[in-house]
This record gives sequence, structure tokens and C-alpha cells, in this order.
Amino acid sequence: MSAFDAVVHLVYLACATCFVIGLHQMNAPATAKRGNRVSAAGMGVAILTTAVVLIHDHSVRAGAAWALIIGGVAGAVAGLIAARRVKMTAMPQLVSLFNAVGGGAAALIALGDRATTTEATVTAVLDVAIGGVTFSGSLIASGKLAGRVPGKPLIVPFGRIITLALAAIATLFAVLFVGFDGPVASLYGIAACALVAGVLFTLPIGGADMPVVISLLNAFTGTAVAMAGFVLESTPLIIAGALVGAAGAILTKLMADAMNRSIGAIIAGGYGTGDAVAVSATSQPVREVTVDDAAIQLAYAGKVVIVPGYGLAAAQAQHEAVALAQALTEQGVRVSYAIHPVAGRMPGHMNVLLAEANAPYDQLKDLEESNPEFSRTDVVLIVGANDVTNPAARRPGNPVSGMPILDVDKARSVIVIKRSLGHGYAGIDNELYTDPRTAMLFSDAKAGLAALLAGLHAYAP
Amino acid sequence: MIADLTIFLLSLLVGFEVISKVPATLHTPLMSGANAIHGVVIVGVMLLAATVSSVAGYALLAVAAFFAAMNVAGGYVVTDRMLAMFRSRS
Repeated sequence: MSAFDAVVHLVYLACATCFVIGLHQMNAPATAKRGNRVSAAGMGVAILTTAVVLIHDHSVRAGAAWALIIGGVAGAVAGLIAARRVKMTAMPQLVSLFNAVGGGAAALIALGDRATTTEATVTAVLDVAIGGVTFSGSLIASGKLAGRVPGKPLIVPFGRIITLALAAIATLFAVLFVGFDGPVASLYGIAACALVAGVLFTLPIGGADMPVVISLLNAFTGTAVAMAGFVLESTPLIIAGALVGAAGAILTKLMADAMNRSIGAIIAGGYGTGDAVAVSATSQPVREVTVDDAAIQLAYAGKVVIVPGYGLAAAQAQHEAVALAQALTEQGVRVSYAIHPVAGRMPGHMNVLLAEANAPYDQLKDLEESNPEFSRTDVVLIVGANDVTNPAARRPGNPVSGMPILDVDKARSVIVIKRSLGHGYAGIDNELYTDPRTAMLFSDAKAGLAALLAGLHAYAP
Repeated sequence: MIADLTIFLLSLLVGFEVISKVPATLHTPLMSGANAIHGVVIVGVMLLAATVSSVAGYALLAVAAFFAAMNVAGGYVVTDRMLAMFRSRS
């Protein structure tokens, strides 16, 4: 190894260290922003170093240099515009889109590399296969989240059989390619199979499972990038890819556990159509509360916990929720938010929406932090959350059994803002609504919260 | 190959260790930040540029560069934007 190569390797090592330190600093909101910048600095140095290597080696033809520059600049501009313009509610689809292009680029590396060099490796096959599935799968997921592809599970006729056939064909190509040093065409065959498989994989998955799916696709992209690193024998790609793979795997597990669903069942699809049944079979009566009574109850409470669910995000009511919380805080009420892991459309999405609406992060509590607090809470205000508050989860024998829930029924009283007694994704009655401590405020999330705020101003002590 | 596999495995373990400490509040920025980190694929695309010499290769390279640059630039900027919104009470 020449001195130049040694220096390059050491610089790459420093960049990889920056990625790890950056991720480490994400462990607290106060240091997370710095962490991301440390990681970005590492990335900048890695890109510059690679540019120096290319110039030093005089190995890039003019055509390739132009392709790299034109493609790179156009991509960077597109990425920057999207990143600056995106609304926080649209974050899941943008993250999915970036995930797609990352996987696509990783797959193209193996295709491009194979076209020119000689080695036919298993890692090249894995890179193309995983990268291809992620590319098309993430694009469909992004489209579903953005509403361009129907969010409800789309069952493709014979989808399972087609996927199996594709896997068999891809395996055949892989054996031909690796075992018999087959032509590049076999790698393109694998890519085609992977692209179709990605679409078939994502189409049947329903809206409720999206947080799991985009976590899983994120893990896939990480793995694809690591495989591209194997193909190119490039250490920074292997390290970064493995880090992202780990992040995606952890989030996938957390989300699946929080929804009480196995990853296998999610991939099988068909859950969470988003069309909750509007009619309820509840025989027991529910208690209704007027806006004024609810406002007075909140104003005189010592401690209020707000439970925001997907309905709040769908109604874009996060600003109203935070305004109400601020008004209560000014009255001397202690306010916090209890956020279930699957409250949004991607892991942690609800926290971002509330943070954007200026909720201080020390008021945002997760499931473990919130549950011991409910017994000391005067009023729980539930907005747009359903299944995650159903006490039936503690009993066996129903669709939500075993699902980790927020123990809101331990609080002194509960107010639920909801349009109707319709079901959540699990499709069962929420026993919380017939609890004597629970009062229903039938309203749209946004309008209900705004009315409560107005009521608070009118009647507050 | 064995050395690469070692690096991969150890990085995976470091990743599990570091990321399991990230609180739920930051899971969206975490995912988006991790997304930006896999934008390192742009380094791979640049290395690929040294090997291509056909028109088809240039076209493939340009597409890969577009994808990777979008991933890395957009990923870091959007994560930064999100994290700027997390404020404490003071």
C-alpha cells in the first residue's frame, strides 16, 4: 500500500467514525442536531477524498466525469429543493423517496461494475436484488403515503405465486451468474425480477402497517449499500450500510412490537384499510360531554395528558393541540403528551409534528414514560387515537390482545375527541368509551380542539 | 473478503448498540439521518466512474449519480430542518 492509499484509508476511517458519533449524538434532542452535522461533515470529507483519489489516479474518462457531475448536481438540486419544501406531515413519503433512490443507486453500482470488471460475486447478486426490491418497493410506499397510490391493501391476483416464481427465476440467474460466470444479462434479469417483486411486496400492505414497512425498507437499503461496498471493496460503504441496516432493523422490530403484529403477517398484507366502519355495535351507552364542560374540567385539572393519534395528524390538528396545551400551561396546569410508538405514519412522526407546532420536547413522553403517570393524572384528552387506548388489549382472545397500550383508563377522567364511535384498524369496539370515567366529545379533531381552546378562554378562572 | 465481512459484522453490532439508545421522540430524524448516511453510496458511484467507458455505462453512471446525490443532499438537509424544531421549554 502506498503512502497515498494509506492516508486515503485513514481519512475514510475518520469519516466512518463521524457517522457513528453522529448517530450516537442522536440519543438526546439537545445534541441531535450537532450529531447530524458531524455525520454530514464526515460525508463531505468522504466525497472530497474520493474526488481527490479519482483525480490522483487519472482514471476517469471525460465522458464519465461529465456524467458524474451532471447527474450529481441535478440530483443534489432536486434533493435540496424537496428537503426544503416538504411539509412535516409529508415527511414519511419523502424519507421513503430518498430511501428508494439510495437503494436504486446501490443496485446500479453492481450493474455498472459488472459491465466492466470481471468478478462475479454473490454480493453483486445481493446488491442488485435487495437494491431493486427497495427501489420499487419504496417508490410504491412513498406513493401510498402521498395518496398517489391507493393506501388500502391492493391484492394482486396470484401475487404470492408470482413472487415465488420471480424468486425462483432470480435464483436461477444468480446460479448462472456466480456459478458459471454468466453474462451481465443475467444480472439485469435479477434486477428486473427484483423490481417487480418490490411492487408486489408493497402493494398489498395497508396504511396501518406503513411505519413497519418503511423501517424495513430502510434496513434493506442499508444492506444493499453494504453489498455495494463489498462489490467495490470500499470500507466506508460497508460500515455506513451496516449502521443503517441496524437502525432499520431496530425500528422495524420496535414498530412491529408496538402494533402487536409479526413481521411475517405484515408482509402478508391486507391489514389497515383506513376505512374504519362508521357504525358501532356497542350496546352499552356512552357518556357525552359538552365543549364547555370539557373546557372547565381541563381548566381546573392539576395534570392533563394529551394522547394524540393518527387522526390528529390526518386532521392537521397538531397546532390546535399545542395551542390548547400552552393555554393550559399558562393556567398552571401540568401538561404532557403521551405518544404511542405507532401514532404517526413512520416511527416518531407524531413527535416531529408536535415539535413543529412548538411543543417543547420535554413534554413529549413515550409509552414507558407515560404509563406510570396516568394514575396521577386528572384528565386524559384523547385526540384521534383508538386501538392504542383499548383496555381489551390486556385480555386474551381479541385482535388487540397483547398490544402495548397507553393505560389511560387509570386516570381520574378521560375525554375522547372523536367524530363517531367508529372502529380503529383492529375493527373492534373500544371498551374505554363505555367506561364510566370516559366522556365523549363528538367532533372533528381540529374543530374540537379549537372549540375547547375558545371554551377555556371564556370560562377559565 | 473475510476482512470486509468482519467490518460489516462489527459495524452492524456498533449500529445496534448506538441506535438502541435513541429515544422514541427522535425516531423520525433518526431514520432520516440514517437515510442520509446511506447516501455514502455516492462514494461508490464516484469509484464506479473510474471503470466505465461506454455510452451505456455513462448513462447508467449519470442516473446513479442523480439518485445518490439526491439521497445524500436531501437527507442531511431535511434531517437538519427537523432537528431544528426540537426545542426545550426554555
